Amino acid sequence: MSEEDKGSVKKAEEFLQVFKKGAEFTQELLKENERLRYQILQLEKNERPEDDGDASSETLRLRQRVEELEQQKDEILTRIRQVEEENHDFANRYVEVESENNMLANLYIASYQLHSTLDFREVLQIITEIVINLIGAEEFGILLLDEKTNKLLGVVGEGMEVTDLPQVNIGDGIIGQMAKTGENYFIDDMEDYEFDPLHPIVCIPLKIKEHVIGVIVIYKLLEQKARFADVDYELFTLLAGHAATAIFSSKLYSESERKLSTIQGFIDLLTK
Amino acid sequence: MSTYKVLIVEDSPTMRQLIVFALKRIRGLEIVEANDGVDGLKKLSAEKFDLIFTDINMPIMDGLKLVSLVRNDPGYKEVPIVIITTEGASEDRDRALALGANDYITKPIQTTKILDAAKRLLNLGA
Repeated sequence: MSEEDKGSVKKAEEFLQVFKKGAEFTQELLKENERLRYQILQLEKNERPEDDGDASSETLRLRQRVEELEQQKDEILTRIRQVEEENHDFANRYVEVESENNMLANLYIASYQLHSTLDFREVLQIITEIVINLIGAEEFGILLLDEKTNKLLGVVGEGMEVTDLPQVNIGDGIIGQMAKTGENYFIDDMEDYEFDPLHPIVCIPLKIKEHVIGVIVIYKLLEQKARFADVDYELFTLLAGHAATAIFSSKLYSESERKLSTIQGFIDLLTK
Repeated sequence: MSTYKVLIVEDSPTMRQLIVFALKRIRGLEIVEANDGVDGLKKLSAEKFDLIFTDINMPIMDGLKLVSLVRNDPGYKEVPIVIITTEGASEDRDRALALGANDYITKPIQTTKILDAAKRLLNLGA
């Protein structure tokens, strides 16, 4: 073998050697690639269930939280409704108390005025003012019992003449009946009412305990007073009681004053 | 707390007491009473008032005359006047308002209406 051939063989061997190393390296790379891919797959496989688990537990936690908040919201709404109802009740109660308070104040002033004088005419004037200003009556009258004739006779007419007031026997008609029984009378249908002296819209007996001394009869309310308020019914009864005692005591006082002056006249006559 | 002076011109003692009783619920009010328009004018000339309540139907001098005289007085041009009238509608009320009254209250008297009018015209809030 010539020197040239030997050189070629050596080169070939070197080339084969390099090729072989290249092949081995390639094989190693393929193995490494395969190993890494396997690892990736393993990792993906391992990681995926964990993610699902976290997500579902977070979802569960959030759902529970939402349920808790929903429950709290319902409780708060229920409480708000309760508070609103209580508030409404308090507001209604406040209006009622205010109305009662006003009625008591009015009654206090009315009774104070009624008992502030022993002058019979002044008492009648005060009753008239009270019926106008507190009750809101425009046409009404006061009838007092004449014990000699047992008849109710008009003594005051407001918005009408005293002569237009009826003379009523105890027990006759609505006025006479109310004077007999001592009960208050209020007409059922105020809108279709037409004036009738014997049939007022309201008839309130003036009584001291069970003893009726007269009646207040109302035929027309003030324009702005369409109907009676609930407190009016109580006010009527209470005022009627005070008015009756005021009338009675002023009459007694007037009579005693008259008798006193008569007696004094006699005494003066005898001693002179 | 500032004090406001209120004049009540009303011939009926019962009505006057009702109004006084209602107004006493407002703190810081000094209330002066007059029996009729003439008495009202005397009291107006003697001291300064922040609010006037006056009835319309009064003897000697009625409420309309009083409103007219008060409005013509430079010292009382701006003082609020509330009239009290029996007629719920129309005439007296319209005449008084035309003469310069600021508000009106109709009988039967209601405490809440007196209080509302006083608080509103004195800017006292609820």
